[in-house]
Parts: sequence; C-alpha cells; structure tokens
Amino acid sequence: MPPLIEIRNVSKSYRRDSLEIPVLRDISLEIAAGDFVALMGPSGSGKTTLLNLIAGIDRPTSGSVTVAGTDLTELSEGDLAAWRAQHVGFIFQFYNLIPVLTAVENVELPLLLSGLPKPERRAHAEAALAIVGLADRMDHYPRQLSGGQEQRVAIARAIVTDPTILVADEPTGDLDKNSAEEVLGLMDRLNREISKTILMVTHDPHAAERARSIRRLDKGELV
Amino acid sequence: MELLKLILRNTLRHKLRSLLTAVGIAVAVLAFMLLRTVVTAWNAGVEASAANRLITRHAVSFVFPLPYAYRDRIARVPGVERVTFAVWFSGVYIDKNQFFARLAVDSNSFFDVYPEFLVPPDQLAAFKRERNACIIGSEIAERYKLKIGDVIPLEGDIFPGRWEFVVRGIYRPRDKTTDPTSMLFHWQYLEEKARQEKSNREGRVGWYVTRIANPDEAGAISAAIDALFANSPAETKTETERAFQQSFLSSMGSVMTAMDIMSFVIIGIILLVLANTMIMAARERTHEYAVLKTLGFTARHIFLLITGESLILSVIGSAVGLAVTFPAVEGFQNALPKGWFPIFYIEPRTIVFGTVAGIAVGLIAALIPARRAMSIRIVEGLRYIG
Repeated sequence: MPPLIEIRNVSKSYRRDSLEIPVLRDISLEIAAGDFVALMGPSGSGKTTLLNLIAGIDRPTSGSVTVAGTDLTELSEGDLAAWRAQHVGFIFQFYNLIPVLTAVENVELPLLLSGLPKPERRAHAEAALAIVGLADRMDHYPRQLSGGQEQRVAIARAIVTDPTILVADEPTGDLDKNSAEEVLGLMDRLNREISKTILMVTHDPHAAERARSIRRLDKGELV
Repeated sequence: MELLKLILRNTLRHKLRSLLTAVGIAVAVLAFMLLRTVVTAWNAGVEASAANRLITRHAVSFVFPLPYAYRDRIARVPGVERVTFAVWFSGVYIDKNQFFARLAVDSNSFFDVYPEFLVPPDQLAAFKRERNACIIGSEIAERYKLKIGDVIPLEGDIFPGRWEFVVRGIYRPRDKTTDPTSMLFHWQYLEEKARQEKSNREGRVGWYVTRIANPDEAGAISAAIDALFANSPAETKTETERAFQQSFLSSMGSVMTAMDIMSFVIIGIILLVLANTMIMAARERTHEYAVLKTLGFTARHIFLLITGESLILSVIGSAVGLAVTFPAVEGFQNALPKGWFPIFYIEPRTIVFGTVAGIAVGLIAALIPARRAMSIRIVEGLRYIG
C-alpha cells in the first residue's frame, strides 16, 4: 500500500533581509495511513516547518510533498485552501478558537466550507463535541472553558470534517498534566478506534510515547 | 452559524469602539447633510428660476429704480409674452428680526408670470378688488397665525409712514423651491401714496420680469430690451432669472464654496475614522485570519469578513446620521432668525448622496486592512502577536 504522506527531497529556507536561512535540508519521509507519528527535536530544528508543509499551509523551497496522492506543490492557493478544508484537521498549541463563537459554532466553522445544510452542520458539530466529551459545553464561549476543554473543542473542530490527516503542533504545550493526559488520550483513541492518521510535533517525551513512531529532527535534518 | 453571524459578532466584539465609530460616522453624516442643506437653501433662488423669465434692472445697480414707462416698450419686444414688475418695499413688521420679502407688484400681471404662486381664484379676485389688500405666503400665515381678513401693519423705511394691509389671499408654493414667505401687495397703492406725498418715487418700479415664449432666445431678447434704453438716463441690464439670482449670491460665493468643500472634507473624515477602526480591528485579528485560512477559508472570505464589518458600521452610522438630520434641520431652521432661509429642506439628492457616501466609505475603509489580511502568509499570521 502506498504511503499516505510522501515527502521527497524537501528543503525549505527563509529569507530574512539579505540572509537565506535554511530550515529544512533535503528531507525525505513516508508516513503510512493510520500511523501516529511524533516529530521531536530541539527548538529551531524545523519540526513545525515540516508539519506546516505537510498540512499545506507553507510551500517547500524545493522537493515535493504528496498527501493522499495529491502533490501539494502543484496546487494554486485557492486549490490548496480547498484541499486543506477537506483533508487536514489542525490542533494548535494555543487552541486558536474564535472567541466570539460558542464551542459548537467554533466546531461548525470548518463545515461552512463544506456546502452542508445548516441542520446537518449543527448535527455534525454536536456529534464531534460529544466525541471529545463536551456535549454539555456546546453553548459555552472559549473564555468560559478551561484550557483542557478549549483544546478538546479544538480537537472536535479538527475532526468534524473527517479529514484525511490530523496535524497537531505542541497540543499539550499549554496544558496542565491532567488536561494534557486527557487530550493525548483522546488523540490516542482517534488513532486506534477510527484509524485517524496523526502527525504531532512535541517537545514532551511523555506525549511522544503515545505515538506509534517517533521521528527526530536536528538542524533541519532527520536523524 | 453563517459567515454573517461571525461578521456581526466581530462588529460587536469591542462594543465601545464600534459604538464610538458609528456615532462618529453619524455625526459626520449629520454635519455633511446640514452643510449641504444650507448650501442648497442658499442656492434655492437659483434652483427656482424659470428658464423663460428675464429680469430687467437698472444697469448701474439693482437699488436704482426704473421708469414705469418702460413696461409697454418691453412688452412690444418680439418674443416677449408678458411683462410684470415689482418694487422692494422692505418695512418693519413687529420688529426688525421678523424678516420676509415684502413686494409691491402689478396685481394684474404678477401671477401670470409667476404661476408657481398658487392662489385660489376667489382670493385672487378679492385681492384685485381691494386697494390695500395683500397676499401672503402659506408659511407667513402659519408663522404669524394670520388668516384672511387680518390686518398686517408695517412701519415703512424705504417708503416711510405706517402702512396697513388686509390679508385677502394666501398662496401655496407649487414647488419645493418656491418661496412660501413673501408678502405681495398692489403697486398701485404704493404709487398713489407716493404721488400724494410727492416723494420723488412716483412712476418708478424696482425691476421688470418678462416671460418669454422661447428660452433659447433669452440672449437675443435681453439684448433687444437693453438696446431700447441704451444712452437713456436709466439704462437697463437684462438677464435670465438664474443669472440674476446668481449675481445676488456672488457676494457670499466664497463662503458657500468653502461650505461646499467642507461638506466633502467631512466625507473624508468619516473615511479616516472608519479606516482607522478597521485597520485596528484587522490587525488585532491577524492571528485569527491565519487560523481561518488554515481551516480552508480563502482570501475572499477574509475580504468579506472585513468589508462586511466595515459596511455594517458605516451603514448603521449613516442611517443614524440620516435619521437625526431631519429633526436637526428643523431645529437649525428654528434657531435661525425668521426668514433667513425661506426655503430650507433636505434635497432628495442630498439624502441619496449621503447614503451612497456612507456605503462607499464602508467599502473603501475596508480596502487597506482587507488587502493586508488577505495577502499575509498563514505561517506569518500564526506567529503574529497583536
């Protein structure tokens, strides 16, 4: 079976003033469908940049990134946005919920792009919130939730479209131990019970232990 | 949950800031509308001018009278349909602050030349029958609670003495631009008194008004009238009613031009107020826009979010400004000395312009922040700390 994510000779560098700063150097990586991969490495090693390339929110300087058979480097901005909406669920370190929307409205947000009628969108959003154990917090605003609850809403938002992959950037980095455990347990369940492919960037060895495999980066190279 | 709901929620995110912005827009729209209304009121005489009327006055100055004998000679000029004349009486009614036009007119011809003064036929007949009768505008009747049969006493200044006129008619203006605040009485009555008192004013009129058959011939007929009296002791200057009214306004022309310019400067101020609010709001939400883009929302969605919020603020502000303008214009008119602006109303085109300007300002104010939010890369937006 071909890998779900296929990265071939990817390099990425940023230009700051006249300086070219290399972040990733000739990375090649394959991730199978249903895998749960932790990307680890020191700060500045390029973990988040690699995650961003796989998620289609940044483009490599060279090389190719193919996810579910689509070469992301060949998509226009508009096509890439549509692709993200359909194939990627994001979990951020700081949750990134929209503060003026309730939990259920935040979860419903990605579905606005799906063309589903309103009652169906609402049903999907409620189901996603039920999966993360927040059925009783649907009408709460983010400011009325704890950090762990906010991150669970963010996970519900990430899975509501049933994306091909879930990408998480330090999902437990802003949480206390108990909340972090809840979130990791939830991600573990998503991977084991519905075979969701998860790619997680983390500094935390304990969090990385939940993954099926760990890949390490250092100075922009896989080690 | 629809995109519109997110736009509305964003608009109400900083309630005080949104409120102050909307109030700022409302005040600016109010100021714009008031200034435009004053400019309109000032130019009302010009707007009311009929294309088929010519005014003949003394060539030296409007204050010098013309001989009554000119009337028949003007009437014989080819193209002239009807001639009438008037004299500026002035005088004081109650006190000097009570201003409205008081004119001695040729009762037989005046209303033929000015069909926009609508007088009921029975009242016009009664007016013509009585030597010291007068016809007053509907607004004068309302302002001073005057009715048919009441006496209007005037203290003469240009024409000294105490004058009493009986109200025999009340005219209604046909058009919005017709002055409803004039008082008209018989020139013959003035003439008789002048003759009795040997005041050197007998046989004189202030100006002639000529109704012509073809407005395209106004230039030629004006030249023909003036040619009749060339090299006489009282040479004339004939021009269209519009040109005549404009010459009256020229003394205040620069003030009106300044007000005209100011009214548009105010539109610019609204734009700056709203653009400042939208730039601040969009900058604060840079991170959120990046999150939305990450979720698959496109630059078009971001444009709609920012422009929608800007439009809501501008439309609400403009609507409040427009709504307040109507009582404000009324209050402004009441605060002015009576008769300063006989015609004072908000022109429909001023309302349309105010509305269009409000919407346009909402769109334009969103352009800079929308362009920035649309073009910023997702990874930069996610790193942004506002």
